[in-house]
Amino acid sequence: MTDPKTYKFNTKTLHSGHQPDKNFGSRAVPIYQSTSYLFQDADHAAALFNLEEGGHIYSRISNPTVAVLEERVAALEGGSATLATASGMSAMMLSLLTICSAGDHIVASSQLYGGSFNLLRLTLPRFGIETTFVKPRDIEGFKNAIKPNTKCIFGELIGNPGIEIMNLPEVSKIARDAGIPVIIDGTFNTPYLCNLFDLGADIIVHSLTKWMAGHGTSMGGAIVEKGEFDWTQGNKFPTMTEPYVGYHGLSFAEEFGPAAFTMRARAEGMRDFGPCMSPTNAFNILTGIETLSIRMEKHISNTKIMLDYLTNNENVTWVNHPSLPDHPDHEIAMKLMPKGPGSMIAFGIKGGREAGQSFINAMKLTSHLANVGDAKSLVIHPASTTHSQMDKQSLELAGLTEDMIRFSVGLEDMEDIMNDFDNGFRASQKPRLVASK
Amino acid sequence: MKQKVNGKEAYFTTSGRDIDKNQPTIVFVHGSGLTHVSWVLQTRYFAFHGFNTIAVDLPGHGDSEGPPLETIEEMADWISDLLDTLEIKKTSFVGHSQGCLIGLEFAHRHSDKLELLALINGSLAMKMNPELLNLALNKDSKAVDLMIDWVHGPLGQVGGHPVPGLSHIGMGNQLVSSNNNGALGADFNACDKYNNGENAAKSINKPTLCIIGRFDRMTPKKVGLELASKINNSKSVIIEDSGHMSILETASETKNLLKDFFKTNY
Repeated sequence: MTDPKTYKFNTKTLHSGHQPDKNFGSRAVPIYQSTSYLFQDADHAAALFNLEEGGHIYSRISNPTVAVLEERVAALEGGSATLATASGMSAMMLSLLTICSAGDHIVASSQLYGGSFNLLRLTLPRFGIETTFVKPRDIEGFKNAIKPNTKCIFGELIGNPGIEIMNLPEVSKIARDAGIPVIIDGTFNTPYLCNLFDLGADIIVHSLTKWMAGHGTSMGGAIVEKGEFDWTQGNKFPTMTEPYVGYHGLSFAEEFGPAAFTMRARAEGMRDFGPCMSPTNAFNILTGIETLSIRMEKHISNTKIMLDYLTNNENVTWVNHPSLPDHPDHEIAMKLMPKGPGSMIAFGIKGGREAGQSFINAMKLTSHLANVGDAKSLVIHPASTTHSQMDKQSLELAGLTEDMIRFSVGLEDMEDIMNDFDNGFRASQKPRLVASK
Repeated sequence: MKQKVNGKEAYFTTSGRDIDKNQPTIVFVHGSGLTHVSWVLQTRYFAFHGFNTIAVDLPGHGDSEGPPLETIEEMADWISDLLDTLEIKKTSFVGHSQGCLIGLEFAHRHSDKLELLALINGSLAMKMNPELLNLALNKDSKAVDLMIDWVHGPLGQVGGHPVPGLSHIGMGNQLVSSNNNGALGADFNACDKYNNGENAAKSINKPTLCIIGRFDRMTPKKVGLELASKINNSKSVIIEDSGHMSILETASETKNLLKDFFKTNY
């Protein structure tokens, strides 16, 4: 029998979610820079407000350009639905607040982006939501941390910035047994490197700002729902199953089944919190996604070149990337991401914090900034920037050291980046040479 | 909402509304391997516009207790039994795909309970590809993938879901996969065996609407028109952009056609 002819990954990056414009035949996705949309009549307006039919009301809730992006991301991940947000952080926040209320608890990997860590550690407790952090390699730790009021496990497959790999298939088994969903930040892997749903995630959150958009131009986030999780089990998720007064007694799980989470996140989260994506950002991110595969392929091949360079450099004390055989997670990383476990490298520079700062100050081509996943190569010193709000204990928990340089490998000719690094390493060693005289 | 039917839990949704005996009732019956969720873009509208809506999960599907029923005739009788337990004497019936075969048989066997009939992406018979049937009977996930490919027209394949952010293919995959525990195979088998369609269609004397998708590959336009031609007092409408999933791919057009049909005939 013939195989299904549903579209494959690369075709989806270019087409999913977009029907060419019927009025003018526009092949590119139009930017619908409009706050609101005409109702056909009073009945139509009422039907839209009561979720009786699909459509757009107001761009905080949904927008036609953003909706194309949402369908495209859903198609690439193989999910039932996606909600785009203003940023990756708002995607994370909304994903958690859609199921968590005061008195609830989260189990999270300790190795997270600094902003994510602080949301869980400092901000959500102010609203009565507590988090227990577990080191990503401590599988039993996840199991032991789950309490009766735990609503989800949260983590990053490729931890930031320590680049530890979470054994998602094993962690998801623990979550499955406990009847709670696994929410995974898939920013560093993108759907090109692996399918997180196949590995056990129930919800994926993205910072689309990074590799998905790929050019450092536009902020955006996404929540992607697999659609398989049973929200009705154990009366544990009232926001999904109980009648919601805000929509005439609507039960999201009953009415929308595989898209219940997304519908609740949009209907309540976008209505009440409002972190919507701008249509222009959606357009820019869509344009980036069109070349996701070829960019990711190049990011990975350039990462191999730079790993070879760094591991043979006398000024580098250690190099951390899961593709290296001595990385503690090498085996699981290559199993989960056979195309390559991402294009983030962490390395230690001889001379510690001061040498690191000198190295970064000497960069001429490689950009020193607080972003990752750009087409351009980027470096940062996490201990003094992205993770600077963490105390010593938290830094240790996140696997951070003061000599660590985080390197997001770009798409330049790597020979030019190596020349830039050579200059940086020379500069980094100068203070030590002077001091030794 | 749950109700015991013939000793087993039957699940259906009323879109959160109480059943009002003074309102007309519409029963919505899903296609093979699907659930009540496939109707959400029709049922909520009618539930808030003067109708009782009962969107069922057939036995063994969604949240209804199994096992799945084995014949279209049993399914038609099960709908009748559900109505009896709810003390609903008259109903309109809206079926999609396999639900159309059930609708034909319900109209034939329980004509005293039927007010109006709407058949969406239907036909008089649904003979299955033997290999697809075999895959579904073996609970092979390839049956789901093939079905999801074939039921969607060009619009559903590329996207452009009427509800922002939802994916036709992704939603369909999850819904059908959740019933690929034997229910999908039982449905395909029941469709394949059913051969009373023409006889049932000819016996119908209630106003009937047949909605057909221009790009329907499961029940092509030709067989949809043939179905309509066998029913007295029927009207057929072709939706230009639709594949086999008119209730989702062209949800608003489908809802508006139903709205006009009920408005004209009630």
